Amino acid sequence: MGWRHRVIDAGITALVVLVLTTPIVGLKLVPGQAALGIESHFGTVFILAGAAFVLRLALTLFLSVKGRLSFGAVTSIGAAITRRTKSIAAIALAGAVILPFITNGHIIQAATMVLIYIMLGWGLNIVVGLAGLLDLGYVAFYGVGAYTFGLMSSHFGWGFWQCLPLAGLFAASLGMILGFPVLRLRGDYLAIVTLGFGEIIRIILLNWTSLTNGPNGIGDIPRPSFFGLSFLRRPPHGMSSVWDVFGLSFSPLYAQGFLYFVVMALALGTNLFTLRMRRLPIGRAWEALREDEIACRALGINPTNIKLSAFAIGAMFAGFAGVVFAATQTFISPESFTFSESAMILAIVVLGGMGRQMGIVLSATALVTLQEALRDFDQYRMLMFGAAMVAIMVARPRGLLSYRAPSILLPPVQAA
Amino acid sequence: MRVPLLEVEHLSMRFGGLLAIDDVSFTAFAREITAIIGPNGAGKTTLFNCLTGFYRPTSGKLTLHQAMRQHQLERMAGFRITRVAGVARTFQNIRLFAGMSALENLIVAQHNKLMAASKFSLAGLLGLPVYRNAERAAVEQARFWLDRLNLSDQADRPAGTLPYGAQRRLEIGRALCTGPHLLCLDEPAAGLNPTESAELNRLLVSIRDELGIGILLIEHDMSVVMTISDHVIVLDHGAKIADGTPAEIRADASVIKAYLGEPDDADLAQIERDLA
Repeated sequence: MGWRHRVIDAGITALVVLVLTTPIVGLKLVPGQAALGIESHFGTVFILAGAAFVLRLALTLFLSVKGRLSFGAVTSIGAAITRRTKSIAAIALAGAVILPFITNGHIIQAATMVLIYIMLGWGLNIVVGLAGLLDLGYVAFYGVGAYTFGLMSSHFGWGFWQCLPLAGLFAASLGMILGFPVLRLRGDYLAIVTLGFGEIIRIILLNWTSLTNGPNGIGDIPRPSFFGLSFLRRPPHGMSSVWDVFGLSFSPLYAQGFLYFVVMALALGTNLFTLRMRRLPIGRAWEALREDEIACRALGINPTNIKLSAFAIGAMFAGFAGVVFAATQTFISPESFTFSESAMILAIVVLGGMGRQMGIVLSATALVTLQEALRDFDQYRMLMFGAAMVAIMVARPRGLLSYRAPSILLPPVQAA
Repeated sequence: MRVPLLEVEHLSMRFGGLLAIDDVSFTAFAREITAIIGPNGAGKTTLFNCLTGFYRPTSGKLTLHQAMRQHQLERMAGFRITRVAGVARTFQNIRLFAGMSALENLIVAQHNKLMAASKFSLAGLLGLPVYRNAERAAVEQARFWLDRLNLSDQADRPAGTLPYGAQRRLEIGRALCTGPHLLCLDEPAAGLNPTESAELNRLLVSIRDELGIGILLIEHDMSVVMTISDHVIVLDHGAKIADGTPAEIRADASVIKAYLGEPDDADLAQIERDLA
């Protein structure tokens, strides 16, 4: 396409914008004294048309050089990260450990959210990345975990540590229950059913007011205790507080910092578990199922068990993450478990490179930070979020890190 | 003495108005290579799919004889046919786990054995010796087949990146790693060059003679069928038209007719007129 073509093309785009925006933007009804008056804003219309012209021209230019454009730099960064996973993980871990000692409460709060998303990403990675089952309702298990803690603490006064395993168990059972009806489904169909499931859970939480307090949510959720010691200024009867035992002066930062380390430990636990599972028969069967379900059956593998275990284990980690989320926020409502949350977690897994643990850390950090950084731009947040995703998909369609390491290498022959 | 391994009795498979397999009966014997041949659309792959549980036959009996007991394959779920009855198969269009390494493909095939050793993954997660030993044994089994199939130097490559012939061999190796009594191969020589198919012949004969595994083979390549099979079954339009040794099949009039067609009298008259 020559320059003349490009200019004409952009001109037509500008014209279309001009025609469309004239009645929508250019003319505005204003209430007058006797009747409605019309106010004109033709200046804005011309600015919009001009912007459309420039953007269209830029787009055609970009498309014409796209073939020649190389994303070599991005690719080699990805390869370099893949090669040095161990050292990068060590540095990231060290940084994460030091972080709460050098920053303020606000950043610790944000970092805790990043860790929760990393944990959710690692959990969903089992279902989507390893077993290849596209789950759009993952947030349901996250919500069930959070509400298990919220309800158990408000009705029975149970603490964080009692609720943690219980929430995992509940979420895992729910994962199984979801798993059964969708056993025969794959791909898009599975995605739609899981999407519906996520919405069902949210709507139940919203409407079962007598149990869940509906849209008002559940408040006053306790923070985790430190080996039986409370972080509250005035500990409940029969409990001693951290401040008395260690002779510290009261500060909410300690509780936040402790929670941060609890989340980190749980997230690392999720990671170790997944890495370990990948090398076990069940993990290899998950990957085999992703590659070819028919071949799995021909090898005597029962696909039902494999799918259900993937759903249950993935859901269990979401349940854990939900408990942690409830403890960080101390207040939960169905608002926190909408579809956009599922989409966010899925975006973390897909962007990170399906099945790559380190990639998920990168993309979770990037997406959560981006979301926080763009909070000031409020209305444009989703737009920029989308643009960033499109950019990454153009540059690295298989995710930031897409290399797959075999789970086992052929060991050298041992001398007899 | 010939010991029956697989008995197919009055097997029929109907898809709506199409009778894909029409009352087929035959016996495949242990320690023998039984070939199933026939023109395209004769129902060979459908027969395999019935045998390995991918289709449920409309009627008929499929009996697999083992030393102490027998299994009715037509009543079993697909994955149990491999797990319990020991029937393994390969596919006409190769179905490897393309993203996983060759070695991983062979280890996934030993899933049930390893799963039992890992005790619901608990022993595996804790790295107990019972699982570690089982995994070591599985790797050695895989190594045996990798060496045998000439794939040792490609063990850690993703299966999808192997050359075509190597993928065919790997798929056979994967089926063998399940420890089958009966190995069903769907056109294993398709797309192989003459050297490779001669190599395949040697492999199949050694599987039969050294391991005593019965082989059921769908094949179009007559150089494979006629050289190595002990017993040939010919299908045409879903029905069995011949059953015998390769020599008998070669001389069978109905087989020649099925493959080459039979000129009818009107055609002959036309040809004679054209020639005159």
